[in-house]
Amino acid sequence: MSEVRNVVIVGSGPAGYTAAIYAARAQLNPIIYEGSVTAGGALMNTTEVENFPGFTDGVMGPDLMDSMRKQAKRFGAELITDDIVEMDLSGDIKILKDGSGNTVKAKSVILATGSAYREIGLVNEKRLSGHGVSWCATCDGFFFRGQTIAVVGGGDSAVEEATFLTRFADKVVLIHRRDSLRASKIMAERAKANPKIEFLWNTEVIDVLGADKVEGLKLRNTIDGTESEQAFTGLFVAIGHIPRSELLIGQITLDNEGYVICEGRSTRTNLAGVFACGDLVDHTYRQAITAAGSGCAAALDAEKFLAH
Amino acid sequence: MATSKVTTASFDAEVLKSTTPVLVDFWAEWCGPCRAVGPILEEISDEYGSKIKIVKLNTDEESAIAIKYGITSIPSMYVFVNGEVVKQMVGAKPKPALLKELESFLV
Repeated sequence: MSEVRNVVIVGSGPAGYTAAIYAARAQLNPIIYEGSVTAGGALMNTTEVENFPGFTDGVMGPDLMDSMRKQAKRFGAELITDDIVEMDLSGDIKILKDGSGNTVKAKSVILATGSAYREIGLVNEKRLSGHGVSWCATCDGFFFRGQTIAVVGGGDSAVEEATFLTRFADKVVLIHRRDSLRASKIMAERAKANPKIEFLWNTEVIDVLGADKVEGLKLRNTIDGTESEQAFTGLFVAIGHIPRSELLIGQITLDNEGYVICEGRSTRTNLAGVFACGDLVDHTYRQAITAAGSGCAAALDAEKFLAH
Repeated sequence: MATSKVTTASFDAEVLKSTTPVLVDFWAEWCGPCRAVGPILEEISDEYGSKIKIVKLNTDEESAIAIKYGITSIPSMYVFVNGEVVKQMVGAKPKPALLKELESFLV
């Protein structure tokens, strides 16, 4: 393929799709690589989104993403359900390779690859993944009907998962290393009012127990260091995310946690014609609406760049 | 060939007694990553159907089998040879990664 596109968008959460909507309306004929199994991004594994403006009664995460996708398509964005597996972003013409071995060239690239689940980093967490250890409450909650399970984490996703899991589990214990939640007030209050949710404060998970399936957790009190064991049949890990920037190492300036560094309030990276948006750049807010906003900014920045 | 649906009733004949390796995709309608990996499994089945049989087991409808194999996360993709589980894969993966995992069954 020798054609040089104006803009290639890599990633398809709220940031990627919004960038695609704006770039398509600017008649830049964008192509968006949605990801072969990650199309739609993190919201695909959520349920009700209550805080996206414009949806009075809330909207299901996957439905919201489907609407954004259709909106991008309506304005002519070319949607490819594949991954970008290699990028050379240094030259005036950026060269990207997809998972099927095709090459695409572009004058500008918008990076919107989002983030991946953070793991606790325990050997047995990995070993028992799929045997009681899970990262997706909406996928796997069903298998824990009538059981006692643990959720580790203290942010919005942990609290949302814990609340969702009470639909199935008899008891959900939220394990958090601090003594208060980082989650938004409304979600925290809802969880605290839920009779099926218990809280284990100042506690961290130091091992996952069980031969073939999760049977319990080894815990450590973060204040006095005492260790204990407690029986659980499931562990949902919701301790945050890490930016999916592995393909950018050595090309794009990243901070020490792997987030892309942008210039000032723009979406411009250290390389001319390469822009970044969404969770890939955002340490702080990490909301669907802020990701969408930064996707819009990236498309406008790319448009300006292409005009010069 | 297209993937086919397997049930508790047909599991023995379709999977355990199969003479070719069988990949069982444990999935459910409500699971986003399952829907994402579905079309990839269809492609692999189309391309490698003579080497490996790919069947889909709906964990919602056929929970007995899911419980028997201790499934707690979906999608889970288990490969059976001669009635035994010889490989377990958990979570949606891109096609090249799946093909690499399945390499030894596709030659």
